[in-house]
Amino acid sequence: MASNLAPMTNDTMISTTNLTKRFRVKKTTTDAVTDLTIDVQRGELVAFLGPNGAGKSTSLRMLTTLLPPTEGTATVAGFDIQRQPADVRSRIGYIGQGNSAGHNHRVRDELLSQGAFYGMPRAATVARADELIESLGLAGLEKRPVLGLSGGQKRRLDIALGLVHSPELLFLDEPSTGLDPQSRANLWQHILTLRREQGTTIFVTTHYLEEADQFAERVMVMDSGRMIADDTAPALKSRLAGDVITLGLSSPSEAGRAAELVRSLVTGATTAPDAADPLSIDITVEHGDGLLPRLLRDLDAAGIPARTASLRQPTLDDVFLALTGRSLRDDSAASPGPVAPLQNAEVSS
Amino acid sequence: MTIALSSTRPQVGRDTWNVFRRELQPVLHDPFSLIFSLLQPVVFLGLFGPLLIGSSGEPAPVVLAWFVPGILVMVALFGTSATGSNLLYEMQTGSHERTLVAPIARSALLIGRALKEMVPIIVQATVIALVTIPFGFRLNVAGLVVALVLLAIFGMGFGALSYALALASRAKDWMFWAVQQALIFPLMILSGMLLPIEEGPQWMQVAAAFNPISHVVAATRALFAGDFASPDVLAGFTAATLLAIVGLAVGITAMRRSR
Repeated sequence: MASNLAPMTNDTMISTTNLTKRFRVKKTTTDAVTDLTIDVQRGELVAFLGPNGAGKSTSLRMLTTLLPPTEGTATVAGFDIQRQPADVRSRIGYIGQGNSAGHNHRVRDELLSQGAFYGMPRAATVARADELIESLGLAGLEKRPVLGLSGGQKRRLDIALGLVHSPELLFLDEPSTGLDPQSRANLWQHILTLRREQGTTIFVTTHYLEEADQFAERVMVMDSGRMIADDTAPALKSRLAGDVITLGLSSPSEAGRAAELVRSLVTGATTAPDAADPLSIDITVEHGDGLLPRLLRDLDAAGIPARTASLRQPTLDDVFLALTGRSLRDDSAASPGPVAPLQNAEVSS
Repeated sequence: MTIALSSTRPQVGRDTWNVFRRELQPVLHDPFSLIFSLLQPVVFLGLFGPLLIGSSGEPAPVVLAWFVPGILVMVALFGTSATGSNLLYEMQTGSHERTLVAPIARSALLIGRALKEMVPIIVQATVIALVTIPFGFRLNVAGLVVALVLLAIFGMGFGALSYALALASRAKDWMFWAVQQALIFPLMILSGMLLPIEEGPQWMQVAAAFNPISHVVAATRALFAGDFASPDVLAGFTAATLLAIVGLAVGITAMRRSR
């Protein structure tokens, strides 16, 4: 029987090969996801980054058995998503973009129903529901209909519903969209705690750059249905973006001379006029913090003293810009403001 | 915390019970919603009933013995035909998606919901039957019990069809109400629920013969009259059972295709 097949390896939680999804609407075929090939190991926290319409959610819907792929194969928690969907479903948690609790149902009832859906014993479900209600700040709301909850409370209930059965792999589809900074911080605190305490593998789609940068140890970047990068955030930034040194000069001609000098002094450095200031130049280099003092001394010696100097670490937006020539921030939702500071939470480096 | 899952395989029986229980919870927590939803049949009883009594020239108990069973079928028809809207809403919010990702048999998602439709019908039909007694309705208790079974089977089938319509209308939610409204009134009028179909033209009588609801109405009237051996009772149960089989088959197929 198909469901008795052994998992591929104990440590591979997601493995896809050329996973592809095409939608056909009124004789028009849209390639939503093309040749997605990834491996995610047990315990990893992976951020799936990309603009709206990049194919993140479609990928997630295939991996969670909600959508059949057009081509390609995938195993999730060791089971084939097409041949063994029930085995996949029993091992994953899923927190979708919408509110997953029924609007006329009570908070605690929904948690107990969710446990029953996963075949949990009643006593274990009750204990787990109470634990989640307490830890997710839903105490006092147990008997309240979902309709009467605030947006943040509904979202916390969504998270609780995704965690009731303590899944070994948790999928989150843009979990913090629409949340205020404090609620986003609380959400991430729970995700990180879950990972620390239970070793849960977490696969999260987001178009919030700061979240991916701050929390994920591995970032997959998707654009137009294709994965265009897969690495740690520091490695992506170092490899694709580099540090940006901005120097302010006294005149446009000095700015031109300074740019020429920098290129001759630093192998691999690229320079560009600062878009906001014709008297400034942006220099993209590796290890800019170590280079900056030397550059200032060399410019002084050449009679082109800098008026101002600043160093900026690259962001994932710089990575996306380097990869696609477009900014993720063109999508206004990519700049939701900072996440509030976490307390007692593990932050991946 | 490690949770011991008792099973990782969908079990239709267990899953159906869990879905049924979840669907019933809002009703149990707010039973008055059932009473308030009786407004429409009460309006028909209060405003249409006297007109019927006046125009027929028959005594009130005779007219009510004919009219009240029809109203009970109306309760089942209107309640279950609209129930798909709840699923439509859950598809729009994400609640349905959650159940699709859970290890629940797809058939149980439909059967559990359809079975739940029986409960409001039984409660509401009983209330309507009881409140009409002071106005001259003569209640046959055995007839009521058997009629409730008939209405429950009918309601399960019609509810399943309503859920199937909701699943088919996912991309265009207006279609659910357009189809529901377009069907419900012809089905109601062609069932002889409010006025005797025998008074209508021949084509209406032919159409009514193919309308399963008209057989359920006739059977309910026979049961309340204590005429358990009437051929109408057999025809009503046959129509309701066929409707339930078709409704569940269509509904389960739609649910299995649900994304």
